[in-house]
Amino acid sequence: MDALLLSLRLALCVSAILLAGGLPLAYWLAYSNWRGKFLLEAVVALPLVLPPTVLGFYVLLAMGPRGPLGKLWLAFFGHGLAFTFEGLVLASVLYSLPFAVQPLIASFESVDRKLLDASAVLGAGRIKTFWRVILPLSIPGVVTALVLSFAHTMGEFGVVLMVGGNLAGVTRTVSIDIYDHVQSLEYADANRMALVLLAISFSVLSVVYAVNRHMGRQISRRLWTPWAAK
Amino acid sequence: MGSEVNAGMLTARVKLVRFRAGSPPFGLDVSLQVPAGITILFGPSGAGKSTVLDCIAGLVRPDSGRIVAGEKVLFDSESGVNVPPQARRIAYVFQTLALFPHMTAEENVAFGLDELPREERSARVEEILKALRVEKLRGRKPAEISGGERQRVALARSLVTQPRVLLLDEPLTGLDAHLKAAIVDDLRAWNAAQRIPILYVTHSREEVNALGERMIAMDQGRVLSEGTPMEVLDAPRHKLLAQVAGFENLLSGTVMDLREADGVMRVRLSESDCEMEVPLGHAAPGDSVRVAIRAGDILLATSQPHGLSARNVIEGRIVSMETRGTLIRARVDCGVEFIVHLTPGAARTLELTVGVRVWLVLKTHSCHFVEE
Repeated sequence: MDALLLSLRLALCVSAILLAGGLPLAYWLAYSNWRGKFLLEAVVALPLVLPPTVLGFYVLLAMGPRGPLGKLWLAFFGHGLAFTFEGLVLASVLYSLPFAVQPLIASFESVDRKLLDASAVLGAGRIKTFWRVILPLSIPGVVTALVLSFAHTMGEFGVVLMVGGNLAGVTRTVSIDIYDHVQSLEYADANRMALVLLAISFSVLSVVYAVNRHMGRQISRRLWTPWAAK
Repeated sequence: MGSEVNAGMLTARVKLVRFRAGSPPFGLDVSLQVPAGITILFGPSGAGKSTVLDCIAGLVRPDSGRIVAGEKVLFDSESGVNVPPQARRIAYVFQTLALFPHMTAEENVAFGLDELPREERSARVEEILKALRVEKLRGRKPAEISGGERQRVALARSLVTQPRVLLLDEPLTGLDAHLKAAIVDDLRAWNAAQRIPILYVTHSREEVNALGERMIAMDQGRVLSEGTPMEVLDAPRHKLLAQVAGFENLLSGTVMDLREADGVMRVRLSESDCEMEVPLGHAAPGDSVRVAIRAGDILLATSQPHGLSARNVIEGRIVSMETRGTLIRARVDCGVEFIVHLTPGAARTLELTVGVRVWLVLKTHSCHFVEE
């Protein structure tokens, strides 16, 4: 059960960090007119196409005692970053970044630009417009972002293996634990863990789709008004 | 209401060129002066009316120019001033209204008043909801109220901020004449106390007549003419204005001779023997010109009329008659085709049907000389 709790803790941390960091990043990607924006978009989407081992490999190098991140971490906290829970969180954040940022971008972009203009001429600056207009109209995107980053972190394997190793209670997540059990031919244990993971994933996703469908319908009903249809 | 009762004149000089893929570049070059009261910005779609409003509101940055509301310089390309839209205090009601769909009517109206203390804010919201007769809708969201009510809420949301200038981009499209008139009355009543410049964009002739104090006509990014709606629409010197201002007959012809002493000139209509006397314009014999005539300004006679002061009597034959509500639209072939409007009663009395020979009677001053 240690492994399961660790996975849950990791997924919660990662989702929270991704939400906090994803909102400004997605806002910038959705509304900036900077010419070089496509470069950053490509970087954010990289984890979608890279094998987790490649990502994990480079993150591990960066976190190692001679890597830039590792050195920095050592200087501040007095211990290394590789094979620790913090290191795992950092790697997972990178790995799940597109799953948080892309739904946010999509929902920000779907907010009618005229509403932003209206907010501006009514005296609202960017920050007020974001909190009062953009974010409330993007709730389904926020929910999707949270859930996808949570679920994706729960299920990751390759990156964890590369960066975290397999330390019980520190970096041994559910997926690693299952792999271990299978390697040792303990199929009953593997099955127990796998079933729990399956059940959790399924229930989380069901709840989210139900909520999103309800909210989505509400939002589309709000936006779908005769004046918009004309 | 507020301390700034007279916010003063809006002057806007705006130049801008936009390059668009697949179509010729769009250029805007206008200079407007909008005094307190309602000024109509009139013109066909694509004339650049909304772009002018966007520049004034600060949503679009002109290439060059200067925009001043009262004493406050909002934009000046020379000195580099460009006040952001949220600091301009220019209210703008969009064609789509852009009410916040997730807020109630009351929350929408209060949106622009965040900095005010709570009591003052609710007092002002209350006051404007009453002035626009939407106080009963305060708890409803935009999707739950009717089109006219939404337009009232959008107006309230803009007016409550006590703006320097009010911009209205076809805010009343889609409403029936009754509702329109009622909203315009409430807007007028509000502005009687405020006296701010209101720039009202429309391409509806009906709204021009209802609102008419001052009017600026635009097309293709230029101001064509300005003045009272009567002045602008009744003597359209521009072909395009003639079309939008409801001149059903727009005929081309050649100037035959000028009679300066009488203040008239004779024009022979193209591809026909018809000659007409029209008011003297800037033209020389041999010039190609256009003559605009309202279908409702033409009289029909079933026998050749005598003893009339009208100088133009043209013989023709009715080609078609179409009933449109309480109006009959007849096409009369006189070598060129004229469109004539008449009432069903007149058509009955004169026993007008297709094929009947008729004489068109036109006063000289019903014929308008139009510049190409």
